[in-house]
Amino acid sequence: MGVARFWRENRTRYNLIGNRCPTCEKAFFPPRELCPTCHRQSIGKMVEIQFSGKGKIYSYSDVHDAPTDFSDQRPYIMAIVELDEGPRITAQIVDAIDGVEIGMPVEMVFRKIREESPEGIIHYGYKFKPAL
Amino acid sequence: MKAGIVTYGAYVPSFRIAAEEIADTWGENGPAISRGLNVKAKSVPAPDEDSITISVEASRNALRRRAIDASRIGSVFVGSESPPYAVKPSATVLAAAIGATPDMTAADLEFACKAGTAGMQAALGMVEAGMVDYGLVVGADTSQGRPGDPLEYTASAGGAAYILGADDPIATFNDIYSYTTDTPDFWRRDLQPYPSHGGRFTGSPAYFKHITATTTTVMERMGTSPEDYKYAIFHQPNGKFPLRIGKKLGFSPEQVETGLLVPFIGNTYSGSMMLGLTAVLDAASPGDRILAVSYGSGAGSDAFDITVTDSIEKMSEAPTTMQQVEGGRMISYGVYAKFRRKIRM
Repeated sequence: MGVARFWRENRTRYNLIGNRCPTCEKAFFPPRELCPTCHRQSIGKMVEIQFSGKGKIYSYSDVHDAPTDFSDQRPYIMAIVELDEGPRITAQIVDAIDGVEIGMPVEMVFRKIREESPEGIIHYGYKFKPAL
Repeated sequence: MKAGIVTYGAYVPSFRIAAEEIADTWGENGPAISRGLNVKAKSVPAPDEDSITISVEASRNALRRRAIDASRIGSVFVGSESPPYAVKPSATVLAAAIGATPDMTAADLEFACKAGTAGMQAALGMVEAGMVDYGLVVGADTSQGRPGDPLEYTASAGGAAYILGADDPIATFNDIYSYTTDTPDFWRRDLQPYPSHGGRFTGSPAYFKHITATTTTVMERMGTSPEDYKYAIFHQPNGKFPLRIGKKLGFSPEQVETGLLVPFIGNTYSGSMMLGLTAVLDAASPGDRILAVSYGSGAGSDAFDITVTDSIEKMSEAPTTMQQVEGGRMISYGVYAKFRRKIRM
C-alpha cells in the first residue's frame, strides 16, 4: 500500500484526534466531514478535538488465528473501545497480563501497528492497555 | 532565569526475562552470573515496541506530569543506538506524536549509551541562548545482545524523556562537565545486527576512567564532596559497576541505590542514567542535590550537578519509574528469542 495513504492519517492516528458536531455534540473518530445526524447543519462547522485516550472495553475477541504479520503476537486481543468522549473504535489491547473483561478501563498507548517489510515503512498508531 | 528540567517522564516495557533463564539456555551458572552482574532480570520490548514507541511513551508521561504547550517545544532530540530506521529520523515521529511539529528542529543523536545526555547539553544550550522555549530530549533503546554473549544478560529496553526550559524548572543545573576520548571499548559496525566489545577493556580504561574524570572534576569545580549530594546516578551497564565507582569516589550505596534500576530491568543503554535520574526525581524533595553521570562507549562521560527546586511539588501524577520497573511479565528464552527476532523465519 502507498506510503501517502497512511501518512495522510498519521496526525489523527498518532494522537487520537477526531471531531465533534457543534449542533448535536456527538464526537467522531476518525474525523468526519459532516455529522450523519445533522447533515448540512454541520457542514464546515465540525470542530476538531483531541480525545483523552481513556475509555473502556465495550467488547473484545481473543485472536488465535492471526494474520502472518501478527503471528509473533499470538494470541492477542482485539477490542471495541468506547472512548470517554463517546466514539467506539477498534483497537488492539496490549500489556493485558491478566486478560481483559467488558467494562474494563483502558488507556491509549503508542505502538507499532505494522511493518510493510524489512525494507518498508513502519506504521505507528494507537493501541490500548489496561488503565493503571 | 536559569534553564533546567521543566518535566520528565519514564517508560519501561512490561516484559521481563530472568538472568537465570538466559543462563539455563546457554548452560551457564545462572545464580553465579546473576549475583556477579547484580542483575536479576532485564526488560524486553514487545514485538510492537521499538525505540520510537518508547520515546513517545516516555515523552507523553513527561507531558502528563506537566501539561506544557507542546507547540512551544522548539527542539526534539532522540538519543539511541537502536533506531528502527537507519535513515529517517525517530525524532520526527516523536514530535508528531506529541503535537510539537512543525515549528521546531529535530535530530537523532548517537553516542552509544550517552547520546541522550549529549542531547540534554545541546538542548540546554539552545534554551539558554534563547533559541527555543522548550527542548525535548529522549534517551531510549531496545538494545541488542548477541545470543550467548555476556551482553545478553543486560541488553534491555526503556527510555526517559526530559523537557528543558527556563520557565519554572523543577531542577536546575549547577555545573555540567564532559570528558571524551577515542576509546574503542564497544562498537557496532554498519548493517551488523549485534555489537562487539573489548571484554574487560570496557572496565578500567573506559567506564571507570571517564566517569572518574567527570565526577572528580565537577566536584572540584563546585567545591563539593560526596556528602553534599543526596543522590548519585552513574551509568548502569550492570549492577556492579555503579556501586564500585560510587565506592571508589566516596559515595555510599544509599546515595546510589535509589537510581540503580539495572538489577530489575537491565541496561537500557541510552536510557540508563536518564531513567535512573527519573527514579531519583520521583523520590526527591526541594533542595536535594543530585549528581548524575552518564557514560557512552567510544568513549565519553557527561556529569550533571543538579539541585531540585520547590516547583517539583507542583507536578501532576504520572506513572512513576518504580511502578513501571516493578512487576512485569516473565517470559521464557523461546518467547524472548521470538520477540527480539532472533529466530530466522
